[in-house]
Amino acid sequence: MASMRFKSAFLGLSKTISSNNERVNTTHKINDYFNGEKTIELAEEKMQTKVLNDIKQNEKIDLVIGADLSNQIGITNKAMSRESIPYLGVYSACSSYIEEMILAANILNNRYFKNIVCLVSSHNLDSERTYRYPIEYGSILRSSQTFTATGAVASIITKKQTGVKIESATIGKVIDYGVKDANNMGAVMAPGAAETLIDHLKDLKRDISYYDLVLTGDLGKMGSELFLAILKKNDITIKKHIDAGDILINDVNLTKQGASGPICLPLVLIEKVIKEKKYKRILAIGTGALFNTTMSNQKRTLPCISHAISLEVE
Amino acid sequence: MKKEEYLKLVKGKDKEKNILKNALISFLIGGLLGSIFHLLTYILVNTCNMSSSFACGIVLFIYITLAIILTGMGIFDKLISKYKFGLIIPITGFAHSVASCLLEYKRDGFITGIGANMFKLAGSVILYGSVAGVSFAILRVIING
Repeated sequence: MASMRFKSAFLGLSKTISSNNERVNTTHKINDYFNGEKTIELAEEKMQTKVLNDIKQNEKIDLVIGADLSNQIGITNKAMSRESIPYLGVYSACSSYIEEMILAANILNNRYFKNIVCLVSSHNLDSERTYRYPIEYGSILRSSQTFTATGAVASIITKKQTGVKIESATIGKVIDYGVKDANNMGAVMAPGAAETLIDHLKDLKRDISYYDLVLTGDLGKMGSELFLAILKKNDITIKKHIDAGDILINDVNLTKQGASGPICLPLVLIEKVIKEKKYKRILAIGTGALFNTTMSNQKRTLPCISHAISLEVE
Repeated sequence: MKKEEYLKLVKGKDKEKNILKNALISFLIGGLLGSIFHLLTYILVNTCNMSSSFACGIVLFIYITLAIILTGMGIFDKLISKYKFGLIIPITGFAHSVASCLLEYKRDGFITGIGANMFKLAGSVILYGSVAGVSFAILRVIING
């Protein structure tokens, strides 16, 4: 059993930043991918520092758990080198934010920690460089390809009552269904998301109708269809499903599938779903494709992981 | 759901649309570039009294320079998404791949950045182009004696 319940863990103050491509109202917007810096790495660091400073002005931070998509999470490491705050770096691709929340909610059991910040960022140009071609290189857009979202999110996980309770969580397993195409991450990740959802329901002895909304991270249009198809095979019908990546970027010139990246889920969760207050019980499933370019070049099959967290909005 | 079943489902959904349309666009644009090339060489040979190989070199130079300048201005990759592989197959694609690598790695230093990565994408073209050239030369010698 990989599920757990939390007594007093709440999602508190959150600050967000994104570029103009993302269709959400964030705390800050950047007009230019370089964000006034010389390199894309510095631009992403600057975004992280900005949201972190916003939080710092309001609350005392005991610990930061951070993640991004660059090699060896160098960007977060560098951004944190300017702060003097204890720090844990994690990497779980696009499910990083949920992994951070699960870790934070658990660390809160220790009485020394009161406010833990979950920090996550991604940058379109940085991922293009890490996973695909050089930025200026023109390649034909595949119809299954997603577009990495640009932005950063920092949010506090605290013991204080805030109105958004972290009720329970399920840690996922690494799943490999044999998809080799790194340009079709929705297909890589859909089985992982479905298995975690099934595990979550089984562990906590819940019916799927318990949840008003199932929010997946960045499956994209095709990934969502596959996700729902797998669930249908298991006789699970979701009341309402939203894919964060699908609604975050909706520009056919950029992508036909939607956005991807670890910030998709937190941006939509914090700035849309929680603010709307339409849904009371939310199951957020972060989905991550765990691969590097060596693996996809060597034609290995690509594994994925999904973590789920259950939120109650008052 | 079993893995095989899932892979079949993925294969059914992951179908590229517009393959024929894209191929046609590439064919027309690539052909157009080639035709303009010939036209320019023809004009140079007939008006400036150049030898055809020299005129060819000059037009190649124009093509390469244009591709590199457009890459630097961030226009070339947008043109490719519009006009597909018609722009990549001619020499312009080669120039574009080298220029985009240069832009990408210029901040990583002269040796570890530019030197090591300049031919990251174009390297395969150079290697297999040379291999193909040598092989066909040998074949020609064998057949023609």
